[in-house]
Amino acid sequence: MDMEFSPEDLAFQQEVRSFIAENYPAELRGKQDEGDELTKEDFLSWHRILHKKGWVAPAWPVEYGGTGWTPTQRFIFSEETARADCIRLMPFGLSMVGPVIYTFGTPEQKAHFLPRILSGEDWWCQGYSEPGSGSDLASLRTAAVRDGDDYIVNGQKTWTTMAQHADWGFFLVRTDKEAKQQEGISFLLIDMKSPGITVRPIITLGGEHEVNEVFLEDVRVPQSQRVYEENKGWTCAKFLLAHERTGIAGVAASKRGVERVKAIARTELDGDQPLLANAFFKRKVAELEIDLTALEFTELRGLAGPNAGKGPGPESSLLKIKGSEIQQRLTELTLEAVGHYGAPYFRGFGEGDNEHPIGPDYAHRAAPTYFNMRKTTIYGGSNEIQRNIIAKMVLGL
Amino acid sequence: MDFTYTETQDMIRDTLARFLSDTYGFETRQKFIDSEVGRDPAIWTALAQDLGMLGASFAEEHGGLGGGALENAIIMEELGKVIAIEPYLPTVVIAGGALKAVSGAQADAMIPEIIAGNAIVAFAYAEPQGRYDLANLKTTAKKDGAGWVLNGHKGVVYAAPWATHLLVTARTGGNQRDRDGVSLFLIDAKLPGIVRRDYPTVDGNRASEIYFENVAIPGDALLGGEGTGLSLIEQIVDEATVAVCAEATGVMQKLHEGTLEYTQQRKQFGVPIAKFQVLQHRMVDMFMEVEQARSMTIMGTLKLDLPETERMAAVSAAKNKVARGAKFVGQNAIQTHGGIGITQELAIGHYFKRATLIEGLFGSADYHMDRYERLALAD
Repeated sequence: MDMEFSPEDLAFQQEVRSFIAENYPAELRGKQDEGDELTKEDFLSWHRILHKKGWVAPAWPVEYGGTGWTPTQRFIFSEETARADCIRLMPFGLSMVGPVIYTFGTPEQKAHFLPRILSGEDWWCQGYSEPGSGSDLASLRTAAVRDGDDYIVNGQKTWTTMAQHADWGFFLVRTDKEAKQQEGISFLLIDMKSPGITVRPIITLGGEHEVNEVFLEDVRVPQSQRVYEENKGWTCAKFLLAHERTGIAGVAASKRGVERVKAIARTELDGDQPLLANAFFKRKVAELEIDLTALEFTELRGLAGPNAGKGPGPESSLLKIKGSEIQQRLTELTLEAVGHYGAPYFRGFGEGDNEHPIGPDYAHRAAPTYFNMRKTTIYGGSNEIQRNIIAKMVLGL
Repeated sequence: MDFTYTETQDMIRDTLARFLSDTYGFETRQKFIDSEVGRDPAIWTALAQDLGMLGASFAEEHGGLGGGALENAIIMEELGKVIAIEPYLPTVVIAGGALKAVSGAQADAMIPEIIAGNAIVAFAYAEPQGRYDLANLKTTAKKDGAGWVLNGHKGVVYAAPWATHLLVTARTGGNQRDRDGVSLFLIDAKLPGIVRRDYPTVDGNRASEIYFENVAIPGDALLGGEGTGLSLIEQIVDEATVAVCAEATGVMQKLHEGTLEYTQQRKQFGVPIAKFQVLQHRMVDMFMEVEQARSMTIMGTLKLDLPETERMAAVSAAKNKVARGAKFVGQNAIQTHGGIGITQELAIGHYFKRATLIEGLFGSADYHMDRYERLALAD
């Protein structure tokens, strides 16, 4: 057992670092760190750069456009991009529907959709949660009824992240009302420009527009856009949920977050000293670093331990729980560090408005980010559900 | 020993609660916030003139009801229950507290104006470099004939855009962090040389950065002694601190009640989620925090009249406990609501935002833990 990267891995790490240094757009630097709202174009510009290099979908099989990297190389890549504060890639195409399509899709679906996911041509969103179906996802009621070669879809989805930008959405819909809950669900790919689809923004606590409600009224969807068998959509959903959880620990991004909190606490004054010299504050930063190290080595054990390569198991719930808690504590510490200047509400720069926000730059999104990041213990299967999974699947209770 | 309220105090609470339930619904509050001014001035006028609420904590000789800190706590808790954006804290609790402490001609002139609802006072004490240290001041007031000339920058001055007067801490002598040389002034908010940059705060209030540029202020603006104002400032900030503990109690109570209500309506897996034991225990823990916040608020309020060291230790104990409780109750209210909790659509998120800002107001949990340790555990 050893914890060192091999010479090949170190060379790869250097290659990734150089690539980022030379190719990451200057105008995007620092944007994510400050918690600024990111535009569709911001996301896509980095996506396209990685696509051109062939690095946009490291986890995909090579035949579909993956890189063929080892798990360690993939880990290095995600670590380096997070370390450099590269804008995160939207997961909906690359990490979610893409893997579902290359695993369960028809040859036609693969040929049509996969290249467009890789290039960024199609922006995807996820139609899962409904107003009455959150943690209990399998109770979903949006229904698809056969009509010739099509389905007619009616219902409502919610918490649909970035649906305002989406060209396509993957939806869980009920195709058999008589079957047991999980058994009557199908997985449909729906063109978001279809007649009958309405997207309504939901504004979250920090003032952001990230999530939406999606209403479907008599939306016509060709059966050729169903992935896998009818009434077997839950299989795709379960497969995808496992994919969604990998990387959810967010270790590299949190490491960067810790450095950022330290930098703020070195700048902020507490009397004649920097705040980081305050014993209480320093203790909290130290505790966070230690907890983050524990999370990191738990993730690494999964990556290079006896179960490596077997895909994420229920243990990934541990990574989700601890990772999301750490992300939230980081935003708590940031808000605490900025003191009085957490209070002013900065709405972002309006048209032609370049008045400097109130207080230091690192302060102006501290509170909205703190509010917004409460989502991390709720989304992707709430932490209560994750604990249920561990209790049932790991502890056998 | 008697922890019951008097008939008058019960009446104040009931009258205010009824008024606020009629006038301060969640959507109405949202309209106030979204308006140009950021509040409805008619509410303040009604609180003063129809309800006589602004006089509850002032002496009868000034036209008040003869109450004090307990009445302030009662009113702040009710305001907290609707997350009111009224400037009661800076105007009545803080400026009113300072005026009561100095008494004399300044109090005689100003307190009736506050009671009548004519005067709104903002408390300009915080500075960008100072964190929670009340003596860490770069703002200076230099003697100039009979008056003073004020220069400096005050940060995050709540209610300043609405204020007729400013209560300003400034250095009339000594070095930036000395206890000596600090003075307190009550000045007209519209004096020449006062420059404001107004903005909304994340919890729906309004505040300003205030820049004093050679502002000439009259000699009688000084409250208390020249250069010996810090004790007075500490006293009024302690009074303000227990008042925000009272506000937090109201906010936390609503966060807890809202969560109880939601979990009994929201069904998943075929049952109301309130049936899940993990959520039941969490809501029990929230309940215990609310009760303890109320206890600590009362404790802190009753100890405001003790000698300085005991008073400060008690206030710090209260604020530390309440700040930790506010965080726990706020975060768990959101978590238990799930996605809907982090939207602007439900009131719960707005209570959470106020609870979060109260955590840091007049000193974070850590700041007060530190002050408590120094005062109560010193050998």
